[in-house]
Amino acid sequence: MEDFINAWTLRHGRSRDKLLPLLHAIQEECGYVGDGLVPVIARALNISRADVHGVVTFYHDFRRAPSGRHIVKLCRAESCQARGGTAIEAQAVQRLGVAMGQTRADGQVSLEPVYCLGLCAIGPNALVDGRPVARIDAAALGHIAAEVGA
Amino acid sequence: MTRVFISRDMASVALGADDVARAFVAAGCEVIRTGSRGLFSIEPLVELESEEGRIGYGPVGPADVAAVLDGSHANRLGRVETLPFFANQPRFTFARCGLTDPLSLSDYATHGGWKGLEAARARAPQQVVDAVKASGLRGRGGAGFPTGIKWQTVLDASSLAKFIVCNADEGDSGTFADRMLMEGDPYCLIEGMAIAAHAVGAGHGYIYIRSEYPFAISTMRAAIDACAHLIAPFTLEVREGAGAYVCGEETALLDSIEGKRGQVRAKPPLPALQGLFGQPTVINNVLSLAAVPFILAEGAEAYAAVGFGRSRGTMPVQLAGNVRHGGLYEVGFGITLGDLVNEVGGGTASGSPVRAVQVGGPLGAYFPPGMFHLPFDYEAFAEAGGLIGHAGITVFDDSVDMAHMARFAMEFCAAESCGKCTPCRIGSTRGVEIMERIMARREQDSPRPDPAIPAGLAKALYSRSPAPAQRGAEQEIALLRDLADTMKYGSLCALGGFTPYPVLSALDYFPEDFVAPAPAKEAAE
Repeated sequence: MEDFINAWTLRHGRSRDKLLPLLHAIQEECGYVGDGLVPVIARALNISRADVHGVVTFYHDFRRAPSGRHIVKLCRAESCQARGGTAIEAQAVQRLGVAMGQTRADGQVSLEPVYCLGLCAIGPNALVDGRPVARIDAAALGHIAAEVGA
Repeated sequence: MTRVFISRDMASVALGADDVARAFVAAGCEVIRTGSRGLFSIEPLVELESEEGRIGYGPVGPADVAAVLDGSHANRLGRVETLPFFANQPRFTFARCGLTDPLSLSDYATHGGWKGLEAARARAPQQVVDAVKASGLRGRGGAGFPTGIKWQTVLDASSLAKFIVCNADEGDSGTFADRMLMEGDPYCLIEGMAIAAHAVGAGHGYIYIRSEYPFAISTMRAAIDACAHLIAPFTLEVREGAGAYVCGEETALLDSIEGKRGQVRAKPPLPALQGLFGQPTVINNVLSLAAVPFILAEGAEAYAAVGFGRSRGTMPVQLAGNVRHGGLYEVGFGITLGDLVNEVGGGTASGSPVRAVQVGGPLGAYFPPGMFHLPFDYEAFAEAGGLIGHAGITVFDDSVDMAHMARFAMEFCAAESCGKCTPCRIGSTRGVEIMERIMARREQDSPRPDPAIPAGLAKALYSRSPAPAQRGAEQEIALLRDLADTMKYGSLCALGGFTPYPVLSALDYFPEDFVAPAPAKEAAE
């Protein structure tokens, strides 16, 4: 990963404001931002390790451990709640066999909360490996579970 | 070849528009992907080009291709503009959304694009700022601060570098206007930013988009690349957020662009004087900037002619949650809340009575139908203990548990607090604890079985705290009010400062949900 980070900074620059784009690039490349990379990133952008650690842990998007092979992000915000989202959340936990915010023991799927995808009139909504799905009911949950092999 | 228009908006795609588009391509049609018209109960919407204009069909599935092409489909809508939902909308900001191919430069130009920028560049910067002032445009992000005054401050500041920052961190549940505009008419936002750059003398701009909007991010990036030559010497880039609600607060957003934790800065200094990288910065919401091309092209008077009181122009209202005709409805200020929910939105999608509407996202107040006479206006809402915010209206039917919603507001604040100030960081956690005690006492005294929630989950949701012993229900509620007061007046920004709005409005308008025994549902209406 050190080579990747060096190549990235050569191309995009080493100023401090590049930290978020760099973290996104790293996560895209290897799925998470491992703790071992923190000193490498700090050196690359000439900031302290504490700064990098502070940013990685502040933002919900950055993972510090690998995710499941599939990621289901389920909206928990008010508009989806108004359309039965709380019950769907409970069913999703059962159907996918993993608690909210966790990765299943076999590494097949991660279920993550998301607070609003901006599809608020057609909830409950989810992002399944980046694909938006609206009006989730028991049948749609079945399709999702089949799709992610859960 | 038959030309067919199908939306590529994220909501349309979530409802299956991609499959529908593929089916029409397979049937030999020329398919043009547009933004969304904004009425989601008819999505996926398919529009066929004909001599009488575009004829809409919706909702349409992949199996409906033949019936649509021969005109026999049951969901034939006629010309979409003539539907009641659209007929009365003054579409200033969303004029092109749903009509054009979002990334087509020729579509944009033939539908009036770049006229505003041309008009601005023909004038001196001060004249452009004056036009924005005269339009009465106020920040559409929530606070409603006059946009022209903000620009004047940046214009008057002397500095080698100035920046234009677009706040596209639309994180409020129930809002999606920014997303729709960026996906459906990206050049409109870019044009607004280029006009702002000319007005204040800025060379570079950032569009900070939340990561939950992947379609908006890719569309804006492609649009910036395609029109770079038209906005030069002004340059633009997209910055992707990383899942932090508080970055919608303008100073936290600036810190995030600078590569830091998105923590709120104390004001003053104002971002207009010391903003991004310490330089004078215009920071505006997507809808504020997207309103500017119309103002410059059509004149400030045309914009100001619509509106109510000190709220001028149009507001793209977003009808969300449990609503029959959900979507984006651009309307002049002054329409009543009840008309929006019942007339435009058609009441609830479930068919049950409306019990509460939350206006302005997770930090907005919950209103009962008894408040539906309120005119949609910044001042009227503030007076009623609420806010318009980003004009999202989330409708709930009579199955809603308002104590649960109050608890959720505190929980959301606790999860999303940036941690800089104590009332928000600690107050929200204490707020969750108080709400859990209130709800545990309520369940204990009078269990409320909710058919929608499995018993096990209800238990986990409501009875995490030990059974309350020391305080009575009234004392808990007094403590909650006291805490809300501390958060409201002691927090650095709107996250901690406005979280009391949903909590206290739920308590004020729906007190029966906070105590046992629960009354019958009929009594709540």
